[in-house]
Amino acid sequence: MREKILYILGALAALLLARNIWAMLTGLPDEAFQGAIFRIIFFHVPAAFTCFLLFFVALIASISYLKTGRMQWDSLAVSATEAGLAFGAANLVSGMIWARIIWGIWWTWDWRLTSMLVCWLLYAGYLVLRRAVEEPAQRARLSAVLSILSFTVVPFVFFSIKWFRTQHPQPVLYGEGKMDAAYRAMLYGNWVPLLMIAALLVAVRMRQERRLRELDALRREAHAF
Amino acid sequence: MGDAAARNFQYLAYGLIAVWAILAVYVLTLVSRERRIGREIESLKRMIEDREGK
Repeated sequence: MREKILYILGALAALLLARNIWAMLTGLPDEAFQGAIFRIIFFHVPAAFTCFLLFFVALIASISYLKTGRMQWDSLAVSATEAGLAFGAANLVSGMIWARIIWGIWWTWDWRLTSMLVCWLLYAGYLVLRRAVEEPAQRARLSAVLSILSFTVVPFVFFSIKWFRTQHPQPVLYGEGKMDAAYRAMLYGNWVPLLMIAALLVAVRMRQERRLRELDALRREAHAF
Repeated sequence: MGDAAARNFQYLAYGLIAVWAILAVYVLTLVSRERRIGREIESLKRMIEDREGK
């Protein structure tokens, strides 16, 4: 039953994405100053939102693990972090491609770009830490602490364009920023399938964590002989 | 279509391809890990069954 739900979720996300890509290429006009490349925002921003949401899920799961000691929370934390890193990488790379056209450079050490990169590296460090610690309870405890500490960077990344003068464009979805209603609808509309994909990836990854625990138990049993 | 507009579309395509390539690589990583775990579980189960049989 659960398998079926995952397949349906994946198929729905694919359909929605295909529809959105078609609509954004044929139905939406080019942005007046940026031209066609502006459309990258419909993936760049939802990828960032998805990434931050997954890191938030990892934060809640990590706190819950430290409170309860239940390994399911640890599984959720690592699954959300891994999927979040994939969306974070998509955000960084799509931003660099946009910057190459609009700024003429791939990268600049601007507050937003640098803080996002640091955030990504911190969460990548979380995965490295997990590989370095063998004992499951100790691994879960240490990585929960690192996940909580890493999340402190997320609000900084989010608000850096408001707090500092940055080369990165100012907010267009909140504050004084304005975005055309059709663009805004497409941006949020494209976030929906990305959220569905994120849920799918987290569910699959959590199942893997369960199977990894099964594998650990079998290894211990095999050693006991 | 002018040179600048064509370049704009070209980079838009690169952007979309990059996003999907990153997610596809992650999915492939998940698939390969799933297979590895499955293989290891099966081989350990067989090993334990063999030892229990002896």
